[in-house]
Amino acid sequence: MSFAWAKPYEPKAPFMRWLDERLPLPRLVYGAVGGGYPVPRNLNYWWNFGVLAGLFLAIQIVTGIVLAMWYYSSADGAFNSVEHIMRDVNAGWAIRYIHMNGASFFFIVTYIHIFRGLYYGSYKAPRELVWMLGLVIYLLMMATAFMGYVLPWGQMSYWGAQVITSFFSAFPLVGEPIRVWLLGGYAPDQAALTRFFSLHYLLPFVIAAVVILHIWALHIPGSSNPTGVDVKEEKDTLPFHPFYTAKDGWFAAGFLALFAFFVYFAPNFLGHPDNYIPANPLATPAHIVPEWYFWPFYAILRAFTVDFILPAKLWGVLAMFGSILILFFLPWLDKSPVRSGSYRPVFKRFFWLLVIDVLILGWAGGSAATPIRVAISQLAAAYYFAHFLIILPLISAFETPLPLPDSISSSRLHGEKAEAAPIGMAPKGGATATAE
Amino acid sequence: MLLRIFMAVVGAVFSLVLLISFFSNVSTFLTSPPEATAEEEFHHHPKELALASNGLFGKFDNKQLQRGFQVYKEVCAACHGLSLVSFRDLHAIGYNEAEVKAIANQWATEVPSVNPETGEAATRKALPADRFPSPYANEVAARAANNNALPPDLSLMTKARHDGAAYVYSLLTGYEKQQPAELLKKFPAAKTPEGLYYNPYFPNLNLAMPPPLTADGQVTYAPGNPAPTVNQMAKDVAAHAGGWSS
Repeated sequence: MSFAWAKPYEPKAPFMRWLDERLPLPRLVYGAVGGGYPVPRNLNYWWNFGVLAGLFLAIQIVTGIVLAMWYYSSADGAFNSVEHIMRDVNAGWAIRYIHMNGASFFFIVTYIHIFRGLYYGSYKAPRELVWMLGLVIYLLMMATAFMGYVLPWGQMSYWGAQVITSFFSAFPLVGEPIRVWLLGGYAPDQAALTRFFSLHYLLPFVIAAVVILHIWALHIPGSSNPTGVDVKEEKDTLPFHPFYTAKDGWFAAGFLALFAFFVYFAPNFLGHPDNYIPANPLATPAHIVPEWYFWPFYAILRAFTVDFILPAKLWGVLAMFGSILILFFLPWLDKSPVRSGSYRPVFKRFFWLLVIDVLILGWAGGSAATPIRVAISQLAAAYYFAHFLIILPLISAFETPLPLPDSISSSRLHGEKAEAAPIGMAPKGGATATAE
Repeated sequence: MLLRIFMAVVGAVFSLVLLISFFSNVSTFLTSPPEATAEEEFHHHPKELALASNGLFGKFDNKQLQRGFQVYKEVCAACHGLSLVSFRDLHAIGYNEAEVKAIANQWATEVPSVNPETGEAATRKALPADRFPSPYANEVAARAANNNALPPDLSLMTKARHDGAAYVYSLLTGYEKQQPAELLKKFPAAKTPEGLYYNPYFPNLNLAMPPPLTADGQVTYAPGNPAPTVNQMAKDVAAHAGGWSS
């Protein structure tokens, strides 16, 4: 697909030849995830998380379809139907806990995947569309996860739905009608629950479709790599199969072990106890908090406390949506021709500052809004916007990057001469010879 | 270039409004610091509770879970339902078929039913397939009998509270006859209202439930079990709520 030396599919078995002539599906698979897709040979483990995200999407779809066979989307019966799954359906507790923790793990791997893209400049030309389609997937994931959290109709489900839909009422004039239209009523009730269930079932398939576009757009220029240097010749790459299928496979097995630990030993660790109390429109929980993967955005929302020209709530909502929308402009904000953060000493420091900043926002958004916590989140949110919109463009204008290696095979990044040549695969007179 | 200037302005505006919010927040905090509340100062974190099921290789102690069930049956069930759990679920903590049948048959509250002759509302004895019948017919009846407080269903109690079983154990053993003098001195408004009971493990310190476990030996354990002290009964019922009902 991507490079001149990509091997075309050559059917071996007569049946495959017969099939390939009529429906070139084997050819498509071979070129996408088989021996026909050349991948830079120096990918590190941060490159495994894209495949893991796809794996968790599959886990969520499969377990979700089974749960939908038992789940009952009624305001009277939803909570008890989930408990029926937990108590009476064969292995229902396992399926439900896998789905519940699977959502969290889907976000964990996606966040790592996004930050990998930020560090290694994966959003830069010619991969701008890969980045933007990824952000579309992320937005769809957030919508899906939010609606899924409403379905058990516990206290946090109900009040989360109440709070999130009330964001829309911050907009003048059109806001309140939009909120009522989305909910199908003045407060979350049967109409809201049924439509959230319908959309929660639909959106994962939309995500799967955008994932296909994401991978398609990726396979035109081919995968990026830790040096950020373009692939130049055949010895810079390895065929996806068997090299990366094997690496992704074993890494996925290890990561699933971690996942299994949560499912079997701490299934409710990432959730909130209040969601085991049935929804009660008359009793507001002491602290309404979303699921952990929304905490940074919740902190940004709550950080605006002053009516400066616009009402504080509208500022908060604009900033919260804005915090993701600005990422779509990233390829044009960071104009540095060097992709990889490893060769950008100033950028690298600010990148880690951003990671810490987002973690602080998450911490601030996850618990009660005490004055001190709000003050910290205000500084952290200010840095978030300044980082992407002011600091990053300035760095790309003034920074002097480190010298880049001539090619992937001769990468001279700290110790990566070893990485560029996997054990047993050292190219004769390649990486080692030209390293210095 | 135009895009970058525009975005820099957007970023500057957001950051500026956040900094204004920050300084207004800090000045409010300095001029009128938030007042301490009785809950903040006197609420206790749950006590440690060591159970056989703790840890990666923990196992449930069925004898303890059965004792806990006995406490539920003889004490808690007077006011609290267990409506998501069935009698047949008792098999999981080691009761055999005949025992489950007998427990269901002798349950103090009967299951709502319909008189097959007249069609009028009636009750019948519970069967193993039934869920535990609730002690009150509906919420209004429950509130009427309990000074307008609603005894919550206990099916998911340990999952619906932070620290689950440890919280249940601490609450049951945490009642104090009198509020600390220090509390009353500092927060005179936080005096326990008439009809409520002071318990520092409860989020707002005062709860409507009277101390349910009041005396050692309130429940008689079968021979071969530890002595039914209040502490032991609270431990057992907490283990039972965490290990079996939820």
